[in-house]
Amino acid sequence: MISLSQTWMDGLLVMLMLTNLILLGASRLGHGIRLIAIQGALLGALPILGGQHGWTARMLFLAVITIGLKAVVFPWFLHRALRAGEARREDNPFVGHTASVLAGLVMLTVATCLSARLPTVGAGHSMLVMPVALFMILTGPFLITSRRKALSQILGYVVLENGMYAFGLVMLQDVPALVELGILLDAFVALFVMGAAVHQINREFDHMDADQLDSLKG
Amino acid sequence: MKLLSLIHPFLALLLAPLLLGVINRVKAVFAGRRGQPLLQAYYDIWKLLGKGAVYSRTTTWVFRAGPVIGLTAVISALMVLPFAGQSGVISFSCDFVVMAYLLGLARFFTIAAALDTGSSFEGMGASREAQFSALAEPALLLGLAALAVQSSSLSLSDIFTQLNLQAWMKVGPAILLVAAAMAVVLLAENSRIPVDDPNTHLELTMIHEVMVLDHGGPDFAYILYGAALKLWLFAALLVNVLMPVQASNVPVNFAVALTGMFVAAIGVGVVESIMARLRLLKVPQLLVGAAVLSTLALVLLLR
Repeated sequence: MISLSQTWMDGLLVMLMLTNLILLGASRLGHGIRLIAIQGALLGALPILGGQHGWTARMLFLAVITIGLKAVVFPWFLHRALRAGEARREDNPFVGHTASVLAGLVMLTVATCLSARLPTVGAGHSMLVMPVALFMILTGPFLITSRRKALSQILGYVVLENGMYAFGLVMLQDVPALVELGILLDAFVALFVMGAAVHQINREFDHMDADQLDSLKG
Repeated sequence: MKLLSLIHPFLALLLAPLLLGVINRVKAVFAGRRGQPLLQAYYDIWKLLGKGAVYSRTTTWVFRAGPVIGLTAVISALMVLPFAGQSGVISFSCDFVVMAYLLGLARFFTIAAALDTGSSFEGMGASREAQFSALAEPALLLGLAALAVQSSSLSLSDIFTQLNLQAWMKVGPAILLVAAAMAVVLLAENSRIPVDDPNTHLELTMIHEVMVLDHGGPDFAYILYGAALKLWLFAALLVNVLMPVQASNVPVNFAVALTGMFVAAIGVGVVESIMARLRLLKVPQLLVGAAVLSTLALVLLLR
């Protein structure tokens, strides 16, 4: 049976896929941060639209916290780190932007095939949640390994974290609120530390190319 | 073959140049000009048909065949296209591939005629046309393949009759992705602004205009008319995807579909007015993006 909320949810999930693909092809770091913010907002809205038994106060509370963190606080941190450095664009990644988008398509196909083999625990959820979650989990490490700038690598980490959040949404119908808040806090602290680290790298070396950090200075 | 299916080719042959007029009028309104008459494309074609042709001594029969074959191929491609709920004049299994490659044939002969002039400038345009259309082709074919999967049929007429409101309810996001890809292909294949500027003459970045510089008289009339028909064809594809026809009332269907065509033309005009042309290096990225959208739709529907 196709309900209207399911159609909305499918639309939301397709938009998540699109933000992922655009992120793979985006060369401007500011653009990437904005995409991460959009992705966070979409992800936070997901449980509200996917709810089976109406809205509960706990669900709304979690959604507000998630959106607040992923769509406002994280991007704000990243923008601050971006302003501190000189680099505005990811000019010369290890894997080019068009090639990254095509690699994204391959990852999407792999995620779809893989999720067809996995048992779907979260029955009633849209069938697309699992492929999208796996796609994001694959995209995160790809971004981390294929980009030079530390900031893009942080973006990859956030995508990975978003993917795990979506994965948790499918696998565990009912996560204790405390656990979810704990995960969000972890991600928050990790991002805080990484933002500070990028800031320091910028101050120390005048760039944030992570692949140049293995050569000693002086 | 039903008699009603003959209406669409008739309408297309009659009204296609009007689409160009609508686009130009929208652009004029945006720029605050009065603009050329809506029927300017008809006047141009009529004027060119009355002229004689001049052929360079370096050209061969390929140069003369180019415009004729181009126009014929586009008209043949129109025959398999359904419109307003009516099936195409001819319809058979896998006719969408035939349609795509009839357009490919037209392009091949346009390119061959451009190369035949021996002008290095035209060769440059020809190479760009070949490059960009090679990238636009997967976007078009994968998008049509996605629709074919959705309707589990292989002929365009069946594909678009299956694309009704129930399909939109079920796989709406995927169909929207295909429509977005088709819109990009429409702009790219008809050398519209983000890819090519139809107003430029003798500019180093133009694509389509440069290939037809040496054609004149009736030949150029055929090229203009063929371009208008190609625009009609892609706009009709887009309208077919976006506006599922349900009512069994034939005149209403045609009225709705024709309105859709002119809305599509207005849309193209708006895009041309508010966007700048992309850098030449960015065009492949746009087309790869369209192909990615089509592939995404295909993956979603195959799942």
